[in-house]
Amino acid sequence: MTQHENHGDHHNHGSLKSYVIGFILSIVLTIIPLVLVMNQMLSKTATLITIMVMAILQFVVQLFFFMHIREGEKPRYNVQTLVLGLVIVLTIVLGSIWIMTFNKY
Amino acid sequence: MQQMAKHHDHGHGHDHDHGHEEHEQLKVLGFWIFVVTDCILFGSLFATYAVMMHSFAGGPTGKEMFELPGIIASTFILLTSSFTSGLAVLAMNKGKVKEMISWLAVTALLGLAFVVLEVNEFAHLMHEGVNMGTSGFWSAFFTLVGTHGLHVSVGLFWMVALMIQLKRRGITPVTRRKVTNLSLYWHFLDVVWIFLFTVVYLMGVM
Amino acid sequence: MWENIKEFASTFFVTGDPLIYGADVSIALTMVAIVFVLTKYKKWGWLWREWLTTVDHKRIGIMYLIASLLMLFRGGVDALLMRLQLAFPNVEFLHSDHYNAIFTTHGTIMILFMAMPMMFGLFNMVVPLQLGARDVAYPFLNALSFWLFMLGAMLFNLSFVIGGSPDAGWLSYPPLSQNDFSPGPGQNFWIWGIQISGIGSLATGINFIVTILKMRAPGMKLSQMPLFSWSVLSSSIMIIFAFPILTVTIALLFLDRFAGAHFFTMDGGGNPMMYLNLIWMWGHPEVYIVVVPAFGIFSEVVATFSRKKIFGYKSMVWALMAIAVLSFFTWAHHFFTMGTSASVIAFFAISTMVIAIPTGVKVFNWLFTMFRGRISFKQPMLWTIAFIPCFLVGGATGVMLAVAPADYQYHNSYFLIAHFHQVLIGGVVFGYLAGIYYWWPKLFGFKLDEKLGKWGFWFWNIGFYVCFMPQYALGFMGMTRRYYTYGWDRGWADMNLISTVGAFMMGIGFLFQVWQIAYSIKHGERDTTGDPWDARTLEWSIPSPAPFYNFAVVPTVKDADDWWATKQAKANGTHKEEPVHLEPIHMPKNSGIPFIMSLFWFMVGFGFTFGWVWIAVLGFIGVAVCMWVRSFQYDTDYYVPVDEVRRTEASLGRVL
Repeated sequence: MTQHENHGDHHNHGSLKSYVIGFILSIVLTIIPLVLVMNQMLSKTATLITIMVMAILQFVVQLFFFMHIREGEKPRYNVQTLVLGLVIVLTIVLGSIWIMTFNKY
Repeated sequence: MQQMAKHHDHGHGHDHDHGHEEHEQLKVLGFWIFVVTDCILFGSLFATYAVMMHSFAGGPTGKEMFELPGIIASTFILLTSSFTSGLAVLAMNKGKVKEMISWLAVTALLGLAFVVLEVNEFAHLMHEGVNMGTSGFWSAFFTLVGTHGLHVSVGLFWMVALMIQLKRRGITPVTRRKVTNLSLYWHFLDVVWIFLFTVVYLMGVM
Repeated sequence: MWENIKEFASTFFVTGDPLIYGADVSIALTMVAIVFVLTKYKKWGWLWREWLTTVDHKRIGIMYLIASLLMLFRGGVDALLMRLQLAFPNVEFLHSDHYNAIFTTHGTIMILFMAMPMMFGLFNMVVPLQLGARDVAYPFLNALSFWLFMLGAMLFNLSFVIGGSPDAGWLSYPPLSQNDFSPGPGQNFWIWGIQISGIGSLATGINFIVTILKMRAPGMKLSQMPLFSWSVLSSSIMIIFAFPILTVTIALLFLDRFAGAHFFTMDGGGNPMMYLNLIWMWGHPEVYIVVVPAFGIFSEVVATFSRKKIFGYKSMVWALMAIAVLSFFTWAHHFFTMGTSASVIAFFAISTMVIAIPTGVKVFNWLFTMFRGRISFKQPMLWTIAFIPCFLVGGATGVMLAVAPADYQYHNSYFLIAHFHQVLIGGVVFGYLAGIYYWWPKLFGFKLDEKLGKWGFWFWNIGFYVCFMPQYALGFMGMTRRYYTYGWDRGWADMNLISTVGAFMMGIGFLFQVWQIAYSIKHGERDTTGDPWDARTLEWSIPSPAPFYNFAVVPTVKDADDWWATKQAKANGTHKEEPVHLEPIHMPKNSGIPFIMSLFWFMVGFGFTFGWVWIAVLGFIGVAVCMWVRSFQYDTDYYVPVDEVRRTEASLGRVL
């Protein structure tokens, strides 16, 4: 039975500390964009960029603190798949916007 | 034949457990890959929304209709549920079945609150005369946000099934894997919500 | 009451066409015959136990193959009907509506219900055996994938009899596919048939990625893995990233039709071009999904039948992976003329030309493998050698199309049709046929007759050129695709007639193959060694047909082309015989849930197709119940005892 638990500890590590830090960081990264938008504190472009960056940061925080992306057995096929997947998502979103915007150039 | 099978169940011991472990890890990898395909699904919906962000066809805009307070509440509720699902996994790693099920129950209740709030939001919008057919923008809105809500609902259904299995069987390599996958799914849904919140609601009211 | 029933039936069933009535009768008779035979020989239990509930990848592969061959027949008949209509000017054989339905079902069936299942059949029949594995990573999911495909295909085929076929082209572009121009269930059949089988495809992609990454025999590094398995990995990677896009796109089309949404409508802020953008984001990778495994097959066949190691293994792998990634960056070349900006067009023109490069590398490698090899012209090799010049021309015309300004002339002309048929038939069909001939003995225990096969091959090969080369000319002469007729004054008559002759030659080739299969079941040369071609990879080290557990002892691999290396070592006397240590084999249990869950998905599709929402809701509930039940099933595996393994091996001529 003990051997089972030892094996279990290899995966899904994380401690209470990492989850709490992740939670707090996520809250902060949610509040900042909210405050910026509701109070219109920056120019439109600056706000847009900032809130997107905050969103991406929160995504990264949750990847590390909630989803323990640094752990897991090697080779890290799950990470490779995620990276390629994100490249494709960016292509889909940005590619669609580019194609569907009928500029002269 | 039956006797043979029993003999081998005991005889394998540690190797047998190793085999189970590898078997379960296989299912975790497969589920990660599935989650990535779900990212592509949401990516396509986001792309559609992005292209239709201003396709109001002369009708009501997002800015006119979105009510942020409810959305803010939903956001923190879902984020908290992501946190509590992590606490459930921590309890699982410590072998504490009862605590684990309790945290899963809290997660489920928070998830349910999220869904209720969203259904409420949709009902309110439709009451105000805005629905799937109002314009391209609203079609994209209801589909993108609604698909996320459906995913959360399916997650709740799954969570209930797992809580029952955990109560009956406790923590085994198989139930451990199932909870790992569920928590991964749940975190993924919160990540999608981060972008939904930012792109649809925050950008919508700017 | 009777009047009501008659009225309903007249809209529900497809009426008014003798061809369709004739087909309906044949279908009904066939179904009755099947039920009769199963009942007479008391085979219902056998059917359930051995086929409907199987999770054995080899059985699943065989079912995919049978389904795909039946669909090849239907798609082929569609093609012959079209060619009959176009053989002469002003033919009145088919009305324009009927013609539209036929080219729609032809395309949809050939790509989604013929090529995809044939490919999945090859994946299933070969990959675990080639990797030294006992099954795929997720056998239950594998079965579910098959039944989802099958029920999706059945739903699509049902439109022929009930409700009417879709007729808006194989990709159903809006606004034509919207309610105002395509009212009625036909278009919905298209959406739901594809949606349901698409879920199966996605699951298969995940299944094979994990199988290949995690279930190779011990010692088999990725850099020693056979090229067919690499091609399956490449294709599966494309599948998992492309199919979710298709799922979303046709779901949005359905929302437009069913819920009054404005995604692709002409009004309300909708944009039909966005549909093309999305669907081709799936559609372009899709064609690479189907052609890449054909490339993998060619690598195996060329090496085996040149009795030589494949030339340039590393560059082959690089090319496969490069194609997998690049295929997601070329999609806009399918709508160069639709009005997007010049910089977009320039980018996609260049990316389209770039993607030809890895394929060129592969062709050179195949040729270099054959150079100074000892070539034997067995059937798999015939099809491979035929593929090379054919695909070369098809690929070259693809690069011509990539030149965007020129594409303004070629787009949607017969030049385009000739190009894509050349790469699809010359590449995909020839490739899959080569694979089927190559691996048939491993699956069934006998070879397909060479002589009949040669007749089939030459009719297909020559027939292909006779059918499609004139179509390039027709394209230059201005003939547009999807025309159901044309006048004498066009000057298109001669080329069209020649093309029709070629189509029928291919049809005759297919008939020879059907004859070949029937003949070989009884008279085909039996494969007694398991290695009828003296081949190179692990699947040839086990008996034919393979036992249900594949490998009695999981092999330990040391080299690329490990089976060949083992044979060489045995011949040299340097082979070290490992002591055989049998262990009980862990196998998954059969399950009825994949079949039943797929029936419920069929209900969902059927309900939504006709707008009978309560049926769809019941279907969804059924699906949920199946998932719930499966979640609670923990007793899903069993062990095969050692003496059963020993007995099975002995019965196949292997003494352990």
